[in-house]
Amino acid sequence: MDVAIIGIGLHRFGRSPNMSGMQQGASAVRAALADAGLSWADMQFAYGGSQDGGNADALVNELGLTGLQFTNIWNGCATGGSSLHAAYSAIKSGEYDVGVVVGFDKHPRGAFNPQPKEWGLDEWYGETGLMLTTQFFALKTQRYMHDHGITEDALIRVSEKAFTNGSLTPTAWRQQALSYEEIANSAMVSDPLRKYMFCSPAEGGAALIICNASKAHQYRSNPLFLKAAAVRTRHYGSFEVFAPSQAMDVADAPTVTASKAAFEQAGIGPENVNVMQLQDTDSGTEIMHMAENGFCEHGEQEKLLRDGATGINGRLPINTDGGCLANGEPVGASGLRQVYEVCVQLRGEGGARQVPNQPKVGYTHVYGAPGISGVNIITT
Amino acid sequence: MSNQVPLHEGLFTWPAAKPQLLGSRCNQCAEATFPAQPDCRSCGSRRTTIVELGDRGILWTWTIQTFMPKQPYRSDETPETFRPYGVGYVEMPSGVRVEARLQANSPNQLQIGMPMQLDIIPFRTDKNGNQKMTFSFSAAQGV
Repeated sequence: MDVAIIGIGLHRFGRSPNMSGMQQGASAVRAALADAGLSWADMQFAYGGSQDGGNADALVNELGLTGLQFTNIWNGCATGGSSLHAAYSAIKSGEYDVGVVVGFDKHPRGAFNPQPKEWGLDEWYGETGLMLTTQFFALKTQRYMHDHGITEDALIRVSEKAFTNGSLTPTAWRQQALSYEEIANSAMVSDPLRKYMFCSPAEGGAALIICNASKAHQYRSNPLFLKAAAVRTRHYGSFEVFAPSQAMDVADAPTVTASKAAFEQAGIGPENVNVMQLQDTDSGTEIMHMAENGFCEHGEQEKLLRDGATGINGRLPINTDGGCLANGEPVGASGLRQVYEVCVQLRGEGGARQVPNQPKVGYTHVYGAPGISGVNIITT
Repeated sequence: MSNQVPLHEGLFTWPAAKPQLLGSRCNQCAEATFPAQPDCRSCGSRRTTIVELGDRGILWTWTIQTFMPKQPYRSDETPETFRPYGVGYVEMPSGVRVEARLQANSPNQLQIGMPMQLDIIPFRTDKNGNQKMTFSFSAAQGV
């Protein structure tokens, strides 16, 4: 049983002061339904998640009490990837023909403040100021730069590209391109990462209508196909966020194992991918995720970035809508925004940010605390 | 004079002439972890032993926390008195990398590979006037 994506919807990321997180989720679902030409009553199942926006299944209060199976998913930053994986499995199993995946969020301003107990840690870890995702990404980036000869130039170029792409994306939160110098001179937040190298918690919603591929052409002439959905957690030894200690032997990150599993499911390799979304909560992680997902060798990123290979017109177009850096991260919605953008690109609807030469294979990757990764491969 | 107490029991030997970090080692696969835990996240064994991890190590990676974290951060500082602090992973000779606050808080004081030493330092004062002590690392003095 193959799985198709027949509808995509986004509630614009950024700030929607007059709307709750849940209303932004409902807005995304309505947009996806309209895109598919279906109604809420047609939905046989739903998977949804949100960190701060409330229980996803309460969306039925907005959309209608139709009695459908609605399961809440919460898996940190990989919530969207996990929801989509659940929907993929529901279709694959043959139990359902059509359903919706939705994510939404509305975070307060400023950095996230996770609570130690929720992550199986003692209070001292948070009290003494060790429990910050920004710190972890800085620590991992610092070591990665040391091991693989990456310089600050590469970090700046990732942000420069993100905000350039954001400026071409009508739905992006940050639509102003930033110069190399503005990024390079922005305040240091957590060495080696500066202000314009971090994404911010934000608001927004994203939704997808998923169906049994054999029925997809009933709904639209250009369905897309979800060839792989894989979610993996960390192995012993992988260097992860919220870890008071690490093993001496560094194991592959969950991104590596999720990526390999997804390529295996899809029966293709990284060389076949035309457009990709890689989790870029900061510019350092985009660089590391390029290699962890198999798109280049460790250390090769410096040259690829200098050559513009990851730009919209490059060989490896990464985060064509500006990614998390330009869209912010409403945690529950973020992973589905990536899928939304890849679908836009595969349909050729990217406008000023469209990847040339009709991309046929798209790839999305999320990474979240405390070491979880979700990868999807989508084709025309 | 204020009383000094550990912020959390079981993280380090203290008071002691040479305080040591405490962790656990698996009786089955010999992997070490910090803080000590009753089960092993490498092999799943439930037989682990509390061990001293040492008081010296090598800086494996570092960053500087420049802004005052929100709750659950709980120090005596205000946004006005907040002082940036270093954070790093220190590779202990006992075979584990431990995340810790670093007393250095400027990039030019920190370098991957530099020798570090453990210090038990006051972190904040509780409502009874007790100084809560935590572990931290600084550049190693002498050999």
